[in-house]
Amino acid sequence: MSSGRSRDKKSENADFARRHFLKQLGGVTAASATATTAHAAWGGSSLSDTFADFFQQHYREMSAEEIKDTLERIERKARKRYGVDIHCKDTAAMDGVLFGYAINVSKCRGYRDCVHACVKENNLSRDTQYIRVLELDRDNMNLHDADHYYNSDTVPVAGKHYFPMQCMHCDNPPCVKACPVEATWTEPDGIVVVDYDWCIGCRYCMAACPYQARHFNWGYPKLPADEITTDTHYLGNRPRPRGVVEKCHFCVQRTREGRQPACQEACPSGARVFGNLLDPKSEIRYVLENKAVFRLKEDLGTEPKFWYFRDK
Amino acid sequence: MWVSFLLVFMIIGILVYFYQLSNGLVVTNMTNQVSWGFYISNFTFLVGVAAAAIMLAVPAYIFDRKDIKDVVLMGDTMAVTAVAMAIMFVVVDLGRPDRIWHLIPAIGKFHFPESLLAWDVVVLNGYILLNLAISSYILYQHYHGREPKRSRYFPIVLIAIFWAISIHTVTAFLYSSNSGRPMWNNAMLAPRFIASAFASGPAIMALGLQIIRGMTNYPVSQSVINHLAIVTSIALQVTLFFIGAEIFTEFYNEGEHAASARYLFLGLHGHTALTPWIWTAIALLLLAMTIFMIHRTRKNPVFMNIAFIFTVIGIWIEKGMGLVIPGFVPTPIGEIYEYAPSIAEIMITLGIWAFGLLFFTVMAKAALPIQCRYMQKNSDPPHPEACTAFKPD
Ligand code: SF4
Ligand code: SF4
Repeated sequence: MSSGRSRDKKSENADFARRHFLKQLGGVTAASATATTAHAAWGGSSLSDTFADFFQQHYREMSAEEIKDTLERIERKARKRYGVDIHCKDTAAMDGVLFGYAINVSKCRGYRDCVHACVKENNLSRDTQYIRVLELDRDNMNLHDADHYYNSDTVPVAGKHYFPMQCMHCDNPPCVKACPVEATWTEPDGIVVVDYDWCIGCRYCMAACPYQARHFNWGYPKLPADEITTDTHYLGNRPRPRGVVEKCHFCVQRTREGRQPACQEACPSGARVFGNLLDPKSEIRYVLENKAVFRLKEDLGTEPKFWYFRDK
Repeated sequence: MWVSFLLVFMIIGILVYFYQLSNGLVVTNMTNQVSWGFYISNFTFLVGVAAAAIMLAVPAYIFDRKDIKDVVLMGDTMAVTAVAMAIMFVVVDLGRPDRIWHLIPAIGKFHFPESLLAWDVVVLNGYILLNLAISSYILYQHYHGREPKRSRYFPIVLIAIFWAISIHTVTAFLYSSNSGRPMWNNAMLAPRFIASAFASGPAIMALGLQIIRGMTNYPVSQSVINHLAIVTSIALQVTLFFIGAEIFTEFYNEGEHAASARYLFLGLHGHTALTPWIWTAIALLLLAMTIFMIHRTRKNPVFMNIAFIFTVIGIWIEKGMGLVIPGFVPTPIGEIYEYAPSIAEIMITLGIWAFGLLFFTVMAKAALPIQCRYMQKNSDPPHPEACTAFKPD
């Protein structure tokens, strides 16, 4: 079967899911496992950097000068902690761009290549995944019956269909409304971002999100130094501090430079369509105009910029 | 003895909090699925206790009931204590307590009025200030042997009474505003919060006042306790009615929206961690209500106090874990993760409760002698049982 995947790759996923699950079962066990790498939240940086970190302003309040300092500080801290030279930028949104995503459910075969590409590209803690692929019976669309940790020798399994989910970048995002300190907001290009240096870690946004799209750094992110993606963005994939919320940001470090998000690039089945909703010639506009698209939990009025469709 | 007992728990709590600070919230059992746990459960319960202080304030300040006026300051003190504890529970729940200044308007970035959490910050801090203002003014006047001027404190009391309702309403809205979580997203939530608060708060006050009476000879008239018993009784009846109405609506035509309620009351796909708790709570509340409703048992001090204790424990479960956790189980996209607090969470929680009791003890020890001296000198006719033998220990 050409669409099958080797046992190895799948069992890696299985291990991951299991570890993930175990971690959830035993928070304290996980704590002792990270204890060796965990520092105090401000650990590993110089005194002046620590002060600058503490008094750092909200991203949208900083002057160009302050942002420059901040980006350099982020690069310094990454060098200290991981011994890696990263580049941290803060590319602004492009004019006339509003990003949206559409998934062709008939093409998705549940490989989870998008999941892993995202983890790598976005410097995710190795116990966090922005994308989850749900496995459901073909005739079933009820998310509550989905298997979030499916783990078969090969995918796709006959009679099942697959349903990737990530942050829907809602046009009316309840998470943004909820945040008491405006640490999360919608950028002009429609990307809902988090200022990891402003978030106080109250997790109210997680309670507010109806799509389970937000992830909290309960411990220090488990990020292997030799696998760090060095091209980073302040609002995107730069290494994250502990105790703050993060989520999919439509690969802001790539998409603002005209590239595709890592998940779109990684998908071997061509199920993912990402692009500019304001560009009438874009593929996503073609999909929205010519396919029967639907969105998840539309009744909630969140207006996701994330659609699903089928070929037939 | 009592104080050192509390100090031990407080110090353990502080040490474990440092452990949590240096390792992160990974020392709790919270996860991305159940992202609020024991801390926020206790927070929710305590806001209710604080709000219930008005069950003394209204009869004392508005209807001028002498017996209740004698103890109303203890009600204010309890409100201040409860809010202080509630705020501490939020702080220990923060991933980045070092950034708490981001919440200060003008200096930080306060998302008001959009964020309900911002509202909560406003109403809780305001409530503490109002209560402190009232009690310190009255104590100050009493200290100087003067009758507090009604025109001075009455407007603040009036504001505080409405404010008290607001703190628990805003806290309920904090939950009910989440349209993705059907168990919370329910107009009944705020009325349910208020009803249960008026059961648990007066019950705690009744227990506290009796302890003060036993330990200090401070005159706490039995009529005050009876008043609190009646309030608790009525509030319990309303609370249980509301719970019943909710159970009916969730289950008569059960749909996906009832998944959390099913998890709480019956268990979901074999996951039943909360089921024994909620039924214990409901059984305790039913028993308490029965004791209060039968004249003979309500008049019996032993039974009455059992009913108070059952009420407190019952509401603590129902408005704590029983409300917060099932809101997250299953998640809006159907994952089930069963939560129980970790040792660290329990130790920190105990530490905050110890702090609260200690804080209340200290405040009471400062306030009661002033009150006593004032009563002895200024009651006309002399206070029947003015605390002649006052011994604050
Ligand atoms: S999916 Fe969730 S996190 Fe993403 S914008 Fe919508 S509410 Fe916010
Ligand atoms: S966890 Fe961070 S982003 Fe989420 S609501 Fe709290 S402060 Fe805002």
